[in-house]
Amino acid sequence: MTAVEIAGSVRSGRRAARDVLEEHLARLEQREPEIHAFTLVLADEARDAADRIDAAVASGDDPGPLAGVPIALKDNLCTRGIPTTCGSRILDGWRPPYTATTVDRVVAAGAVVVGKANCDEFAMGSSTENSAFGPTRNPHDPTRVPGGSSGGSAAAVASGFATVALGSDTGGSIRQPAALCGVVGVKPTYGLVSRYGLIAFASSLDQVGPFAATVADAALLLDVIAGPDPLDSTSIPDPPPPVTPVLAAGVSGLRIGIVEELTDVDGVQPEVRAAVEAAAGALERAGASVERVSVPSSRYALSAYYLIAPAEASSNLARYDGVRYGLRVDAEDVASMNARTREAGFGAEVKRRIMLGTYALSAGYYDAYYSKAQRVRTLVLRDFAQVYERCDALLAPTSPTVAFELGARTADPLAMYLSDVCTIPSNLAGHAAMSVPYGADDAGLPLGVQVLAPALGEPVMFRVATALEGTAPRC
Amino acid sequence: MTQRITRADVEHVAQLARLALTDDEVTRFTDELGAILEHAEDLAALDLRDVEPTAHPLPLTNVTRPDEVRPSVPRDEVLAQAPAVEDGRFRVPRILNAP
Repeated sequence: MTAVEIAGSVRSGRRAARDVLEEHLARLEQREPEIHAFTLVLADEARDAADRIDAAVASGDDPGPLAGVPIALKDNLCTRGIPTTCGSRILDGWRPPYTATTVDRVVAAGAVVVGKANCDEFAMGSSTENSAFGPTRNPHDPTRVPGGSSGGSAAAVASGFATVALGSDTGGSIRQPAALCGVVGVKPTYGLVSRYGLIAFASSLDQVGPFAATVADAALLLDVIAGPDPLDSTSIPDPPPPVTPVLAAGVSGLRIGIVEELTDVDGVQPEVRAAVEAAAGALERAGASVERVSVPSSRYALSAYYLIAPAEASSNLARYDGVRYGLRVDAEDVASMNARTREAGFGAEVKRRIMLGTYALSAGYYDAYYSKAQRVRTLVLRDFAQVYERCDALLAPTSPTVAFELGARTADPLAMYLSDVCTIPSNLAGHAAMSVPYGADDAGLPLGVQVLAPALGEPVMFRVATALEGTAPRC
Repeated sequence: MTQRITRADVEHVAQLARLALTDDEVTRFTDELGAILEHAEDLAALDLRDVEPTAHPLPLTNVTRPDEVRPSVPRDEVLAQAPAVEDGRFRVPRILNAP
């Protein structure tokens, strides 16, 4: 059942939220030991929440647009009184004293939280192998990664442990795992969704967004979480129009561009490129026009991203110093305590990025690296602006390849970083982008097609995604 | 071209970043950061003197909310999360005249 169906039947009293939940928990109990989508399963709390939803319906109240919809929350979203690990040992034992705005909104809309989903430590990674609590496995082939960093959220939806999930996307961390797990994943426009209570990685890039099995479910969840939040000073002040009403508006007359630099390059698996071509053909048949377009600076986006994101991370993660929460490794003086705590609490990838970011920001290197990367960011914005004069939305691969095997890229940080090459430009620009499942390769591994749109282009992006979903080959 | 990162650079940066790296980690990060920064050298070839830097995708400035007293996070709840507290404050090891 989709989230739209569940919410409809629960609100009208045709189905009990508790029954819906038990179906999900049954699947979870059976397969979670193999998949490891969660750092924490909240079965008892979820049963209580589902019973409260059913009681509300029985007494004539409307629990809201997500009534009884089981949801997984990426474990970098703060939940008051409930452990929030961010996939890290350094937050050992921490129970946040507040709840993320997005979590408050989905719960207020009637969603039932099934658990906290596993992720790469501090959302740094493309495979969920950097979680301090062990990797998540791809439900389509457990020898392969689910993608990352929101791999637990993607795997939870793909396995039917939750109907929808929240993740966060800094360089592709929603879209890439969505593609690798065969589900829909949305990175909303920067500022559309509150970041309050999302543990910060790179604040100018991070954005919370939905995972779902269908485009309509992703739209339903986005409409619940989007909108201004006085607790996030980077939230866009004007309430956005909902996307759900425009889903079926079609693509007739839309101008679609295929981004050359992200599609026609070495390293993109032929089946992935073929999926993008097939998607473009389907849009053409539905009345859109399609052309190849160039975003020349996207060639430099990966390098710029891997300077900007670590730079912001090195600053954001300075707060994990053993003083106020989480792990402390004691020492004679405070500086040694800080250094030993961070050495013991952070994993290799987090240290690598803190080191890279600190270096890129340090005296003598700032101009050569960080400042240059920020200027590339301007070029990316300019190039996109030019292309969006001619196009309403763009297509590209989400991930250059299908899901890779566990361990295949862990020894080579650069190879892992290349997993994000197609998704990063939208983060640098602050634009909207989403991944839609589009068939499978010969081995049955899901393929994803990325739809890109300008800032606040969610309505047109979802129209394109709906059209693609209707023509996608089944996997 | 910038100089390739050295072991001494890595040790210095680790100190700035408050990371007590092991010798093995210093060796590993010297190699890995070198490779990553080498990849970033494609940016060095770009002439970007006339391009303004972008720090943030949104053109918002000075966002404020009404200056009203409102409940904050309860102090006891926050202190209960700390590794060490004393008299309603965070307790830390010696800062001045450290050994």
